[in-house]
Amino acid sequence: MEILVCVKRVPDSAENEISIGADGADIRRDDLVYSVNEWDNYAVEEAIQIVERVGGSVTVVAVGTADAEEVVRREMAMGATQGLLLVDEAFEGSDGLGIATILRAAAQRGQYDLILTGAQADDGAAQVGGMLAALLDWPYASLVNRIEVNAGESLRIGREIEGGSQEISEIATPCVLSIQTGLNEPRYVGIRGIRKVASVEIPMLDAAALGIAEGSVGQTGAKVQRVDYFVPQTGLGAEMLAGSTVELASQLVEILKTKGGLK
Amino acid sequence: MALEPFSPATATLAGMPARLLFLLIPLVGLGCFAWIMARRMIPLLRAAPDPRLQRVPVRIYLVLKIWLAQWRHPRYLLAGVLHIVLFLGFLLLAARSTQLVVLGFVDGFTLPGFGGSFGTVYNLLKDFAATAVFVAVVILAVRRAAFKPARYEVPKHLGKDHTPEALFVLALIAILLISESLFEGSLLAAKPEAASLLTLAGGFQRMLAGTSVPTLAAINLVAYAIHDLTFFFFLCFLPLGKHFHVLTSLFNVFCMRLEAGNIKPVRHGVAEGQLDALKSFGVKKFEDFTWKHILDFYSCADCGRCSDRCPAQAVKRPLSPRFISIKGRDYAFQHYPLLGKTNAGPEALIGGLYSEDEIWSCTTCGACEEECPIGIEYIDKIVDLRRGMVDEGLVPKSLQKPLSALEKRGNPWGKLEKKRADWAAGLGEGFRVKLADQGESAEYLYFVDSISSYDDRMQKIAQATARILTRAEVDFVILGKDEKDCGHEVRRFGEEMLFQSLKEQNTEAIRATQARHIVTSDPHAYNALKHDYANLPPVTHVSEVIAAGLASGQLLFKPVGDPSRTYTYHDPCYLGRHNGLYEAPRRVIDGIPGLQRVEMPGNCRDRSFCCGGGGLMLFYEPEEEQRMSVVRVEMARQAGAEVIVTACPYCLTNLEDAIKVAGMEGKMEVIDLCELVDEHLLAADERENR
Repeated sequence: MEILVCVKRVPDSAENEISIGADGADIRRDDLVYSVNEWDNYAVEEAIQIVERVGGSVTVVAVGTADAEEVVRREMAMGATQGLLLVDEAFEGSDGLGIATILRAAAQRGQYDLILTGAQADDGAAQVGGMLAALLDWPYASLVNRIEVNAGESLRIGREIEGGSQEISEIATPCVLSIQTGLNEPRYVGIRGIRKVASVEIPMLDAAALGIAEGSVGQTGAKVQRVDYFVPQTGLGAEMLAGSTVELASQLVEILKTKGGLK
Repeated sequence: MALEPFSPATATLAGMPARLLFLLIPLVGLGCFAWIMARRMIPLLRAAPDPRLQRVPVRIYLVLKIWLAQWRHPRYLLAGVLHIVLFLGFLLLAARSTQLVVLGFVDGFTLPGFGGSFGTVYNLLKDFAATAVFVAVVILAVRRAAFKPARYEVPKHLGKDHTPEALFVLALIAILLISESLFEGSLLAAKPEAASLLTLAGGFQRMLAGTSVPTLAAINLVAYAIHDLTFFFFLCFLPLGKHFHVLTSLFNVFCMRLEAGNIKPVRHGVAEGQLDALKSFGVKKFEDFTWKHILDFYSCADCGRCSDRCPAQAVKRPLSPRFISIKGRDYAFQHYPLLGKTNAGPEALIGGLYSEDEIWSCTTCGACEEECPIGIEYIDKIVDLRRGMVDEGLVPKSLQKPLSALEKRGNPWGKLEKKRADWAAGLGEGFRVKLADQGESAEYLYFVDSISSYDDRMQKIAQATARILTRAEVDFVILGKDEKDCGHEVRRFGEEMLFQSLKEQNTEAIRATQARHIVTSDPHAYNALKHDYANLPPVTHVSEVIAAGLASGQLLFKPVGDPSRTYTYHDPCYLGRHNGLYEAPRRVIDGIPGLQRVEMPGNCRDRSFCCGGGGLMLFYEPEEEQRMSVVRVEMARQAGAEVIVTACPYCLTNLEDAIKVAGMEGKMEVIDLCELVDEHLLAADERENR
């Protein structure tokens, strides 16, 4: 099975103190560390495991600046067969549709049976997977937490439904799936793993190579513009419960039930 | 001085000269033994290299102390003393056994040098030795069969109980002793002079008194034959099980680790700069172990002391050091059989012989190695297995986050580098810390490390240390944002390349300061800088600086605030066991006038019980029934203490958590040594008023 996994380089929310820049439309990026988007990491692990079971190859693709090479290389150290970088100044400032358009161009250059994306990105809007499927006119399933490869041209997939239910579907290939975290345990990649793939060449394609028309993507092509970015004001604080231990416990259970934490 | 009818070499058996049989038994016995030993050598020859012949005088000293003098045995008093009797008796009787074997085909043989008065004394001694060993064997058998000490238990999933094997071997020893004594006694019975009644031989002499000489001679011959057969059966039986230690322990002790606190290189003979060239890291399959580590497996006597002292085992984590060895030995015996082809394949140890959780459960506290009477190593094996897991990407999610943060930010929480020295803002009036990243320099470098730099609670240790150093007039500087995590647990969790990277960055930053000494308040940093790093100025722990300040009068204490409270000192593993620093912290605590301190009996100094582990262990989520720290706080409470003093930020973290978990807030308190000292130090103006 030929699998394409779309990955994104994002500021790691756990290892940064996020603050808003002076213009108010973005975060301060000067002291940030980046990593691969967590959902995408699960997608790559899943792709590797599928290939380990049924054969094929895993290609990892990222849209961005040349910095994206760092995350593509990390995913290759995990075991992805090859990498692909889609880099062009014209891509900068793309909205979700723009990114999906760029990815479609890359997808059409190969013979993929399956495209995986993360269900969402740390700094994203959970939109690219669906858009990419629509642009390719391929079937799509979101929030996938289980994949089995059937004999023939279909997959049996599990999806997490709000409230914790599980839905099982059959989906025809080629298709696009957006991957939920927790469907596997992504393997660890250390410095040693990255060094091992340090000299592997990663092809880099620009807009011309991908045949993308100028102005259809990037800032100019974007039909969604971010106008503001802020950290919400801290609320009034915690709600303090009062009463005996038994009363406290039953109040707590009640709250957890209403908020959906308990069934 | 052969008495004619009493010489096995000249006797006849079924019309044949008995000498033939008594020549055949040793030949067959030694042949089998040589074959077995040759087969047992195969895995050792296929194993990874491990140079163990350096510093021979130290090794000889260790053999004399640990092996010959059985130094660690009396730590378990009854079993230890019995073993010493058995062991020394065995050594003494070895000469007699050798003589007996040759007596079977050389009439009247005596060992060279055993002829004269030495021989007479020896013969007297060996009878007492045989009797003493016999008594020990009886006690050991009763103990094993009737009292069944808990530490010998074998959990169901780990195989069969080892008691039958132990009893069988005790029986073999008893047969050896009885047959030798009967051989001697039957000879004595034909002589007029009486041997001591306190020996088995003397007993047999009395029993056989009045028996006719031909009968005595027959008994003598049968006793000899039994001894000869049992001796060679025993010799060949030893390498088949846990009694292999009888043969291997001498070599195991000679080859034991000479240093504490250090970790073996990824592969001996491969320099740190060449690690990238290695195809694989750590132990993944059995033959990736070093030959010494396989010799360890062979040498384990299954005495259970390691696991008895193992904190992971105490809280029912899925790790028992004893079974690391026993499973390893079983693997070697199964895959390298005595007969037929070896069937060692490239099968992965993790997920088969050992489980991931088992190997992550170790805090590397070193209690097992401290206890092992024959110098078996565990930490290096665990670290090697972890290196193998890290190389295969088998790292729990709970550890991947901190490792990634360490790689990116140099600390496991992913906090900003520029905030690393923020703790110094809370020092209080009159105190200031020099910063190397601002171009300042000093004689001492204070290596703070991540937890004391960033953790709100542990920053108090850094602050107390800075104030103490200032009062001790130690001119010091910190690295600030240029300091990275020391990587102590990064290395011990198997992420060698990340450790190397942290080490390089720290080494460069430290050397750039041109400081001539390093001081630290964190035993993990202390151990890393001392044993894992190279080419650094000498490293001291702050407790040594304080102890020196007290001795010189540079530092003076005011009386303890509340003299009614009882204190105890918890030895951090990486200060105590791994670095032998037991006295300085105690001297410091005892230097506070009016402070009452008790020890946790049986659980202090080199028998300290790990708090649960530091560094990355704070992030690992083990399977366990209880927290180690809760067990430790309970030990302190039972010792009658209300305040636990420790000298490690991780111990402080774990023990404070334990007090909350155990609901002992208000009843128990934990404090770092530096905080205690900081509270009791007299300021300069206070000193002048005295």
